[in-house]
Amino acid sequence: MEQTHESRAFGTENHSHTVGYGTYIMVWLGLVALTAITVTVAGMHLGSLTLLAALTIACIKTSLVAYYFMHVKFDNMVIKVFIAVCLLIFLTFWILTFSDLSFR
Amino acid sequence: MIEHTEALEHTATAEHSHAAAHVHRDDEGSKMGMWLFLFTELLLFGGMFLLYGGYRFAYADGFKVAAADMNTFIGAINTILLLTSSLSVALSIAALQQNQKKLCLSLLWFTLLCGLAFLVNKYFEWSHEIHNGIYPGGPALENMSNGEILYFGLYYVMTGLHGLHVVVGMIFIGFVMVFIARDKITSINFQKLENAGLYWHLVDVIWIFLFPLFYLLH
Repeated sequence: MEQTHESRAFGTENHSHTVGYGTYIMVWLGLVALTAITVTVAGMHLGSLTLLAALTIACIKTSLVAYYFMHVKFDNMVIKVFIAVCLLIFLTFWILTFSDLSFR
Repeated sequence: MIEHTEALEHTATAEHSHAAAHVHRDDEGSKMGMWLFLFTELLLFGGMFLLYGGYRFAYADGFKVAAADMNTFIGAINTILLLTSSLSVALSIAALQQNQKKLCLSLLWFTLLCGLAFLVNKYFEWSHEIHNGIYPGGPALENMSNGEILYFGLYYVMTGLHGLHVVVGMIFIGFVMVFIARDKITSINFQKLENAGLYWHLVDVIWIFLFPLFYLLH
C-alpha cells in the first residue's frame, strides 16, 4: 500500500490488526462476571470495604473496555501517554479535594 | 475499488485511478482528536463525580438511606445492556474489517436497540421516582434530610446527562450506519466507525461507575 508512506510518521492509515470475535466475547463475559461480582459483594455488608471493592471492580471493568474494546492495546505511544496524563490530572483533582476535606 | 471511485470525484483523472489512494486522510489524527474530545467528557463527568465524592463524604448517612430506595435489578439490567452494546460495536468493527458489511450493520442495529432499551428502563425508573414525589419541590423530597436531597439531585443530573450521551451516541452511530450503507465507510476506511465506537464505549465506562455509586453503596 503506497498510501501509508505519507502518514507513516503518525502511524498507518489502515489498521492491519484484526481482532477475532472470540477475544471480544471473552472480554464481554469477563465484564458480565465482574458486574455479577460487584452486585454480590455490595450485598454482603462489608462496611467501608464495600466502596473500595466497588471502585476497584469498576476500574478493572474500565481497563478491560479501554484496552480491548477501545483498542488502546493497539494504539501508539502518543495516545497512551495522553490517556496517562489525563488520568494523572484527574487523580490530582481527587487527591487535592479529599486532602482538603479530610484535614479541614 | 471504492476508494478509487471516491478519489475520482476529487481528482477527475479517470485513467490514473491509482492516484485515488493519495487523497489525504489522517486516521491517526482523527483518532487523536476523538480521544482529546473524550478527555473533555471525562473532565465534565469527573467534576460531577468529584462533587458526588465530596457530598458523600459530608453526608454519608443520607446517601446510604437514599441509595437503598434504588432498584438494583433495573440498574444491573441496564449495566448488562450497555456492556452488551459495547460488545456489538466492537464486533461491528471486526466485521467491517473482514468486509462483512451486512453483519456489521446488523450489529450496529443491535447496538441501537440496546441503547433504546436502556433509555426505556431509565424512563420507567424516573417515572417511578417522580410518581413517589421525588422531584424538585415534590412532597417526598421536602421531608428528606439534606444528604438524601443532594443524592437525588446528583442522581437526576448525572444519570440525566449520561442518558443524553446515550441519545447522542445513538445518533452518532445512526449517521455512521448511513455512511456504511453508502460505502463511505469501508473495510479500509473505517475511522468514523471507530470514533463512534470510542464515544459509545466512553458512555459505557461512565455507566460502569454510575451503577455502583448510585445503586449499590447503601
